[in-house]
This record gives sequence, structure tokens and C-alpha cells, in this order.
Amino acid sequence: MSTFSGQTASSPDGNASSNGTPAASGAVDHGRDGHKPLQDTSVGKAAAGPVKWLDDRVGMAGLVRKNLRKVFPDHWSFMLGEIALWSFVVLLLSGVFLTLWFKPSMTEVVYTGSYAPLNGLEMSEAYASTLDITFEVRGGLLMRQIHHWSAMLFAISITVHMLRIFFTGAYRKPRELNWLVGVGLFLLALVNGFSGYSLPDDLLSGTGLRFVDGLIRSIPVVGLYLEFFIFGGEYPGELIIPRLFTVHVLLVPGLLVALITLHMLLLVYQKHTQWPGPGRTENNVVGYPMMPVYAAKAGGFFFVVFGVTALMGALVQINPIWKYGPYNPAEVTAGSQPDIYVGWVEGAVRIMPAWESQFFGLTWSWNVFIPAVLLLGSLFAVLAFYPFVEQWVTKDRREHHLLERPRNAPVRTGLGVGGIVFYGLLLIAGGNDIIATQFQLDIYAITWFMRIAVFAGPVIAFMVTKRICIGLQRTDRERVLHGYETGIIMRSPDGSYSERHAPLTPVQAYELTTQDRVAPAALPATTDANGVAAPHRGRSRLHSRASRFFGSDVIDKPTAQELEEAHAHGPDGDGAHALPPGDEEFTGVSETGIPKPH
Amino acid sequence: MTDQPHHGRDEPGHEPMPEPGNEDAVAQVTPRAGDPLPDPGIGTHVPRPSDVDPALERRAERQVSGLFGLATLLTLGFTVAYFAIPEDATLLNSSAMNLTLGVSLGGALLLIGIGAIQWAKKLMDDHEIVEMRHPSASSPEDRREALAALDVGAAESGFGRRTMIRNSLLGAMAALGLPAVVLLRDLGPLPGDAAEKTVWTKGMRVVNDVSGLALRPEEIELGQLVNAEPQIVFENDEGEPLEGAEKQAVKAKAAVIVVRIRPEDITPPEGRENWNVDGILCYSKICTHVGCPISLYEQQTYQVLCPCHQSTFDLADGGRVTFGPAHRSLPQLPLGVDDEGYLVALSDFPDIVGPSYPTMPQDR
Repeated sequence: MSTFSGQTASSPDGNASSNGTPAASGAVDHGRDGHKPLQDTSVGKAAAGPVKWLDDRVGMAGLVRKNLRKVFPDHWSFMLGEIALWSFVVLLLSGVFLTLWFKPSMTEVVYTGSYAPLNGLEMSEAYASTLDITFEVRGGLLMRQIHHWSAMLFAISITVHMLRIFFTGAYRKPRELNWLVGVGLFLLALVNGFSGYSLPDDLLSGTGLRFVDGLIRSIPVVGLYLEFFIFGGEYPGELIIPRLFTVHVLLVPGLLVALITLHMLLLVYQKHTQWPGPGRTENNVVGYPMMPVYAAKAGGFFFVVFGVTALMGALVQINPIWKYGPYNPAEVTAGSQPDIYVGWVEGAVRIMPAWESQFFGLTWSWNVFIPAVLLLGSLFAVLAFYPFVEQWVTKDRREHHLLERPRNAPVRTGLGVGGIVFYGLLLIAGGNDIIATQFQLDIYAITWFMRIAVFAGPVIAFMVTKRICIGLQRTDRERVLHGYETGIIMRSPDGSYSERHAPLTPVQAYELTTQDRVAPAALPATTDANGVAAPHRGRSRLHSRASRFFGSDVIDKPTAQELEEAHAHGPDGDGAHALPPGDEEFTGVSETGIPKPH
Repeated sequence: MTDQPHHGRDEPGHEPMPEPGNEDAVAQVTPRAGDPLPDPGIGTHVPRPSDVDPALERRAERQVSGLFGLATLLTLGFTVAYFAIPEDATLLNSSAMNLTLGVSLGGALLLIGIGAIQWAKKLMDDHEIVEMRHPSASSPEDRREALAALDVGAAESGFGRRTMIRNSLLGAMAALGLPAVVLLRDLGPLPGDAAEKTVWTKGMRVVNDVSGLALRPEEIELGQLVNAEPQIVFENDEGEPLEGAEKQAVKAKAAVIVVRIRPEDITPPEGRENWNVDGILCYSKICTHVGCPISLYEQQTYQVLCPCHQSTFDLADGGRVTFGPAHRSLPQLPLGVDDEGYLVALSDFPDIVGPSYPTMPQDR
């Protein structure tokens, strides 16, 4: 069976292939009969020369040896970032295809293409060439739709991936830098999504640009100057589409590629985080090797992402620009909306009260500047600062490689859910006109409801989420101490009823106790030992208040002593109904109640 | 080599061997300080059906290669469809070309992906392996030596000692920022008073925005809203229509809506009593919020709603904002009638058209 293990272990030169490592020999050892060492195959023999030639010059065997069998942990949520990565690759591929025909020009032409309803109309070359891609280039419509769908997927998967990172505390030391890189990628994704949305110069994309024009104008002091510089004169001018094209296909994608590379390099250097569990510690990473398992799974997943976006491009229409017509600054369609990833900004703009003030001889358009510029900026500021604020509060300077279950950080989880509710309400407000027409509601009532809800909703969500987390922590603690509820009601000889509890498996019990112990809240030191007022009292009081807020009501896991006592006394305190671990009589009683082994 | 211990290497077809556990887990038979329970260590490897049953293994093999084979067929189908399907053919109410190309390409890609993942899940070795982490920080020696190297470099360059050289270099580098900024000056012209004016002048006719025909008061019915433009859009001084960017810029600022309201319903602001012609009023079409064109008109209440952000303006009441994020009233164009009986502007908009901006004149 394992005749090859000896053979590979003594393979004459282990440097050009991975066979020299025990890991690799293990794979062969487990592996399938008939595996021939690479260097003995015809391909291997043919490749040996070129590989040696290359290695003589760049010496890459060390790098290959180190990384080919690199271990990645397995969990479904680790796939979210992969979706973002692969949809970016799909964007690059489909985007290059589109540039072969797209003309980023606002020069006016008369359309003479095959789409009859627009024949003879004056339009920009940008719009005309987008129509040509759609109707004259075979597969052009498909590529356009793939490009737009994968842009949506890119922005959405980045958001969801970021939420995963947030709720599991994966941004903690040493990964704060990579979190910042991620925030940068998120911002760039939005910028590129929006610049792409504006390129076809149809009525909808022009309306989006008009909004951006208003947004730029609202910037204090220099608004009008920025507008003239960006548009090359008065809106709309003839330069904005060529300029946005350069931003969209060169500047931002270049930055995206650079930052994604950095994101991946840091990931490889710091290794992936993992969920706590048996055998998983802060010092190791348990999972499957890059080659072959992740090469196949992640590589295969690229094709899945590409395949799904291609099927969406085939079956689900997106941005049918031929229906909107060419851009005309004096026209607009009711129900105009941006793509979903900027919908929340749109919502904030819609529900903002009409505030505008004049002082210092200048006009301040708060009604646009606050929701469109400040809010957008503060999202990225909050995201960027959060890890450092949390670190300041917890004073936790340790490295973390084990993820935290959201319930074990109730305040963080509450803040995150509050943020999601805020974002979600704004997104809904961004479609207030659609909601009004679809549900026969008063649009002003919806707007007023949203004006209040965006403040009340997140607070309620925070409180509810925090309580749910603490409730779940209590349940975990109960389960560790007293086992799980079997659903079997026992009647004792004296007639009282109680529910039978059965012990968890060691793996299950361990998994519920892997979190850090709750640190006692720091009390503010107002005076030192000699009764002299301590310096920075204000800051230390703020810190102790923040740290109490962060750790308030958190339920700690049981101590060894509590566990011992609970086991000694049984689930109900009197030991009468406790089931000893491995109770033979019981395990036969209920199939469904038996905890599954890990 | 110690950083990749292997676990539970069992022979296919044999009972799984007792799990040896990794060094780290073995070291943790007693709980971590403060933990109530010990780490049970990585569990025994449970072989998959395809590990122990050669028939199932062969079936998985057939599945995977079947998926790849099907993908090849779909890709060939894509190529055939590309050449065979006429571009204007429709299928299921949409472009037959788009549908067949997308389904065949998407299907082929998806099958390749599913095949690869299935291969990894059913047939590739599925033993968990352990790799040790290294601290993210450099070792103290590395830090010391890096600092020392930097120090030597700094000393040999004399960067700290020769302050005149250093400061003049820093000055030269800082000055390089100037060309970088100055070169961007020609991105656009300075605004001047361009944003304060539109093309409307005294006597310019108000024309229908589609036909370009000048409007007469008697053509406008009670309750009607007409989208209009200044005549110059269709006929400039040389009698030619505007084109391209110039036309777009004019439309973006000078587009108007013309409505007729019962004269008794109009409550004109002070000084605007004569700006209507028998109840015909003319307002800018450009929202004062962020510049969307407005034309959702509710003729019973004389209100117009901007479809972008729902700012609502009361046309009977001087274009006052009644709801939404817009702050300023919709600018009104004073209307009159010329000798030939056509509607004309009496002047440019006295108010500023379009979104507010920081440097706008505050007396308007």
C-alpha cells in the first residue's frame, strides 16, 4: 500500500519538488496506488530542464517548499473574501473585453446602429459605443452584464467579508494593518463602481453624475471651484467621461491590484485566523494544505464565481441602457437609483432635512454635505479607527489568531448589528419612492419614519443584540455546567418532575470554554498612593467608563471549581437526576438527543 | 520539518489508527491556565466512504470527470452558438444569442469549478494537518542588527551631521510639490460668475423642449405643464441649433417648466406680481437640491416633486419648498408676451439656478 513512502523519503534530490518534505511524502503515503514520483514521469522529465534553468537563476525552490503545503483552516465564512477576490478577477477579464470597443468620448454623434428605437437620435459616442457593444458585438451584452453583476458581487462580498472579520474579532492584533488595507479596498471598490456606472452616458448614469455634481458643489468654500476643475468647466462639459474612464480602468484598478496583493501577502505572512476548537491554539493553524486541497477548492471556486456571474449575465437583466436613452440634462426617469452599494448614501440624502445656512459670507449646504460627504467619509473613518479604539478600551496587546464567537463579545456584536441596522434603514430610505408606489404608502410619512428610525433603530438593535448575546452566553455556561437538555421529563418517586440533562462530549464542552476569561473592569485611579490627584484623570475616567461599557454584563465561562461542583451536585443541585457520562441505559433512549461527535 | 506534523495517517481500507495528536495538543493535557477543561486534541480522522469503498471511489472519479467532460461540451456549444445564432433571434423573450452564450459559458465554468471542488472533497487527502505559527514580530537580534545597519548608513551618509545638505535637499523635494499642483491648474477654468447666469435674456422666447416651437399663452391649458427651453437651444444667433457640450450645458441650467394656474390661486411673492401671463408661470426645471430635472406635477395642488430625492415645490406659492431636502425655492423666470404674441422671458432668472454652492451671492 504505502510502498512509495520509503521511495520518496529517500528521493535523491528533494529540492526541486515538494517530495522531500514529510508532509508531501505523507500525501503519497496515504495516496493512491500507482502514484509515480513527479520526476519520474515523462512530463517531469521534460520539465526538469526548464525548471532547473529557472531555479538556477531565481532560486525559487525555497519559496515553493515553504508555501506549497501551507496550511489554511476551513470554515464556510472564510469563503466570503474569496468571492470578492474572484469577482475582481472576473471584473478585470470582462472589463478588458469591454474596453476593446468602448469609446470614452462625449462627442455627439447620430446613432445609426441596429437598435431601431434610438435610430437617428443624437447621443454621445460613449453611449453609442455602449449600444454597439450591446447590439453589434456578439457576446458584448453578456460581457456587459457579467461586468455589472460582478461589480455588484465585488462590492457586496467585500461588505459581507468585512462584517465577518468584524464580528469574529479577526481585525485584532496583529491584523489591524490588513483591516486598514481592507477598508481602503472597500473605498476603492465604491469609487470604481460609481465611476463605471457613469461611463455609458445613458439617462440613468447621467442622473448619477448630476448628483455627484451637486455633491461636489456642497463641499464648503471650494465647492464650485472643484466642480469646474473636475468637469473641466460648467456641468456637464466634454471631459468628465474621458476622465472617469482613466480613473475607472487605470488609476483605481491599479491601486486595487496593489492593495489586493498587499492584502494577500499579509494574509500569507500572518497566516489565516481559525476558529477555536480541539487542537486549535494561538500557536498553530490546523487545516488543509494549499497544494492540493486549496488549489483545487479555491481554484475551483474561481470558476464557480465566474460561472455564476456568467449565468446571471445570461439570465438576469441588469442596467438595460438602451431602455433609458441618451443622457439629457433636462430629463430624468422616476425611480432613478444608484447601484445598491451606494444606496445607503442616497437614502441619507433623501431623508436629510433641508438645512442650509449662510455665515462668513459663504453658503453651507448641510442638506447635501452632511449625508453625501460627511457620512460617507465617517463610515470609512469609523471602520478605520474601530480596531484601535477597541484596543484602547480593552488594553489588549496580545496577538490573536483564534476567532471570537460573536456572542462572547456582546458589545462589539451589538455595535456591529446597530451599524447594520443603520446602513439597512438608509438603504431602504434610498428606495422610499419605490416603497411608496409599491405599498401605496405616503412618501412623506415614509421619509419622516426613516428620519426617526435611523437614530432609534440602531440603539434598539444594539440593546436587543447585546441581550441576545448574553442570553446565549448563559446558555453556553449552563450547558457546560449541567449538560444539555434531553427533552426527557422524569418523575421522581415523590412525584416531582424534572428534565433530564446529559453531559456534553468533551469536544463540545471544550468548544464552549475556549474564549478568554472576562477581565475585571478597570477602576479609575483618581488619586495616587499619597492622595495626590493622578494626572490625566479625565482620560482615565473616560477609559474606565468605556471599558466598563465594553465588558458590562458579560457572562464568564465557568471555572474548574464551578465545573467540579456542578458535576458533584448534578444538574438540579441534589444530584438526583444527573446522568453520569456515558450512561449506557440513556444513550439507547433517544437517538436525536445524543450530541453529535465533532 | 517539525512545523508540519502529520496526524492520523491511516491506511485506506484499514481501521483508523489511534490519533497520535500533535505536540502542541499533547502538551495541553492539562487545561490552559484559567480554563476549566483540557484540550481534547484533534480528533481521529473519520475516513470518507470514497476512502474505504473502491466502488464509491471510482464513482466519485466518474462524477468529477463527467463534470469536466460536460464542461467541454458546453464550451463547444458556446462556439457553435456564436456562429450559428442570428443576432436578432429571440428566445424566451430575450436575446437568443445572449441567453445561449451565457448559459453555455456560465454552465461550463460552473461545472469546472464544481468538478474541482468535488475532486478535492471526495478524492484528495482530507487529513487535517498542523502548521505552527511564528510570531509576527521580527526577532530582537534582527531588530538590533537592522537598527545598527541603518545607523551605519546614516553615519556614513552624514545625513544627521551635514545639516546644510540635508535641509537643502528637503527644501528641494518639498518644492517639487509645486509643479505637481500647478500642473493641475488647467483642469478647468475658474468659475467666475458663470454659475450665476443662464442664457435667458430679455425677450428670449420660451420654446417646447422637443419640437422647438415657440409657446403662445393660448396654447397652454389650465393644469397643463409644458417642458420648455430657451429658444437659443434650437436657434442661436446664426440660426443654427446648439450642439454637443454647449447644448448640454445650456439644458443643464436653463431648462424650464411652464404651467397655467388659476390666477386667483396664485400667491405671488412681493415684487413678482407681474411675472405671470394670465396665470402662466415659468420656473427653472433644475432642482435647487442637487440639480435633477423636476417634472412630476400634481396639477390639483400645483406642486412639483423631484423624482431623485422628493423635494417638493409649490408653484402657486413662488416655488416654495414644501417638503424634502431642498432648501431654496425653485427660481422663477419672469414671463411676458412679445409683439407677435409669443411667451418670452422678461430677464434672466433673478435667483441662482441649480444646487447651492459656497461662494454664491447671498443677496439673491
